[in-house]
Amino acid sequence: MTNIYNYLRNHIPSRQIVIGVPYLWFLLLAAIPILIVLKISMSEMESTSVSSMISWTQGWPTIKFNFASYIFLSTDPLYFETYLSSIKYALITTVICLAIGYPFAYFMARSPKHLQPMLLMLIMLPFWTSFLLRIYAWKTLMVNNGVINNVLMSLGVIDDPIAMMNTPFSLLVGMVYSYLPFMILPLYANLSKLDIRFLEAAADLGTSPFRTFWLVTIPLSKAGIIAGSMLVFIPAIGEYVIPELLGGPDTLMIGRVLWDEFFSNNDWPMASAVAVVMILLILLPMAIFNKYQSDQAEAKS
Amino acid sequence: MNKLFGRAWMIAVYIFLYMPIVTLVIYSFNASPLVTVWSEASLRWYVALANDGDLIAAVWLSLKIAFLSSLMSVFFGTFTAFALTRYKRFPGRTLLSSMSSTPLVMPDVIVGLSLLLMLVSLQHWLGFPERGLFTILLGHALLGTAYAAVVVTSRLNEMDKRLDEAAMDLGCRPFQVFRLVTLPLLVPALVSAFLLTFTLSFDDVVLSSFLSGPGYSTLPMVIFSRARLGLNPTINAVAAVTIAVVSIAVIASSIYQSRAERQRKREVAQAYSDANQ
Repeated sequence: MTNIYNYLRNHIPSRQIVIGVPYLWFLLLAAIPILIVLKISMSEMESTSVSSMISWTQGWPTIKFNFASYIFLSTDPLYFETYLSSIKYALITTVICLAIGYPFAYFMARSPKHLQPMLLMLIMLPFWTSFLLRIYAWKTLMVNNGVINNVLMSLGVIDDPIAMMNTPFSLLVGMVYSYLPFMILPLYANLSKLDIRFLEAAADLGTSPFRTFWLVTIPLSKAGIIAGSMLVFIPAIGEYVIPELLGGPDTLMIGRVLWDEFFSNNDWPMASAVAVVMILLILLPMAIFNKYQSDQAEAKS
Repeated sequence: MNKLFGRAWMIAVYIFLYMPIVTLVIYSFNASPLVTVWSEASLRWYVALANDGDLIAAVWLSLKIAFLSSLMSVFFGTFTAFALTRYKRFPGRTLLSSMSSTPLVMPDVIVGLSLLLMLVSLQHWLGFPERGLFTILLGHALLGTAYAAVVVTSRLNEMDKRLDEAAMDLGCRPFQVFRLVTLPLLVPALVSAFLLTFTLSFDDVVLSSFLSGPGYSTLPMVIFSRARLGLNPTINAVAAVTIAVVSIAVIASSIYQSRAERQRKREVAQAYSDANQ
């Protein structure tokens, strides 16, 4: 037994294994599935499965591309509007998260050092409790006979309930609520490392606090702003659960369309085509994000 | 003035973050079947929860999947982190690093759809796997691996390389270095990676919905299908229980981690002072 163990230990090239195991894992579960989506998006739906792209005629394979799903995607204005509206909601979410998150991260980085770990943990704590339950909680708060309306009505602020649920408002509340920590964390990481001497130098040179903030603090925290914005914007585009639970019929989001194509219409090629276009949409912000991440890593080393 | 404004801003954000959670818990003790109208305090919905066979079964299934998938995630995530931090140059390194971050940035619906279509094609050719526990496990493990890799990578990057070199100078083989030096130092990162991936799996509804087969409903899937139909007081009870368990776990693990960190620092200081004598 020990001989086998020793033999293996001495003869297995560890480098190949260490690289090979994760390579195969991700190739099988991340890369190949995306290629399959690409393939199926160019197939046709037959009764229970999709048509095969490769057909054999006299021993020769012929590949048949079918662009029907893409043609439909580009001719039906509903899809275009939905993509546009997803980008719009993702963008608004990002801007609101930045507007709330930046001052928060700034003040957090300036608060007493011994309090900071606790303040940080309080930001992370909701992240550990179920995302789904927190979205559900907003539903109980915002429905017509919900907690917010009941409280406002019993205080006499309003006479009739405000219709909040299933509107762009409730959707955005849910999105901002879920993604705010993703904005705060990279901003805080960045701002807490900010060298205070830069600010002192600016003050010594007679710059007003506001101008210092605008001309020194913001440019120095650019990397954090970009990282946070991308961490909010990218997942927000494809969000499904929040629009499904808090959105309404007129808050179009592309994640929901994909879901319906797949589960309600059973149209796999169409769902795949929607996914391919969504991936293309995400590639640009992803490239920006990756570039800044690698620039950061380079600056560190 | 500035300080006051800062404090007010922070308090407002914390209220925004915690208000929904607190409301859920408070209303879980509400006797009325109308979720949002308070009548009187009662444990009625906890009793209903305890007798809800579907929910209990879903909890067990979710715990099982979360446990197994996070073990897989930590295993493959550690491999990924080692490959990317220890070997700076190998063919296809960029491909590996971008593949490993794909599940982090892709929307869940795309990860779920693509995995399902791959598994369906696989089943078409090979006759397995059947949609169910195993396919959900694969999906969660894929997502978890990506997160675990990030956690372990950041730990590996801040680790002192000289420790490995010292062990090799003293005659350790690469595998011994890993087992006796690197692995013990990695334990806190592995624990955080496990907890993180466990939570992600226990929380996931989109991947599970794509990958699950008949008879396999995880807890989030049950909650989601009920929440879609409307408000349901039993969900409040589920939420309160989850929040209690998670809070205890997070506090316990942060105590454990800070203690482990202090212990490690003490040992390092001890080792240095021993060496100097």
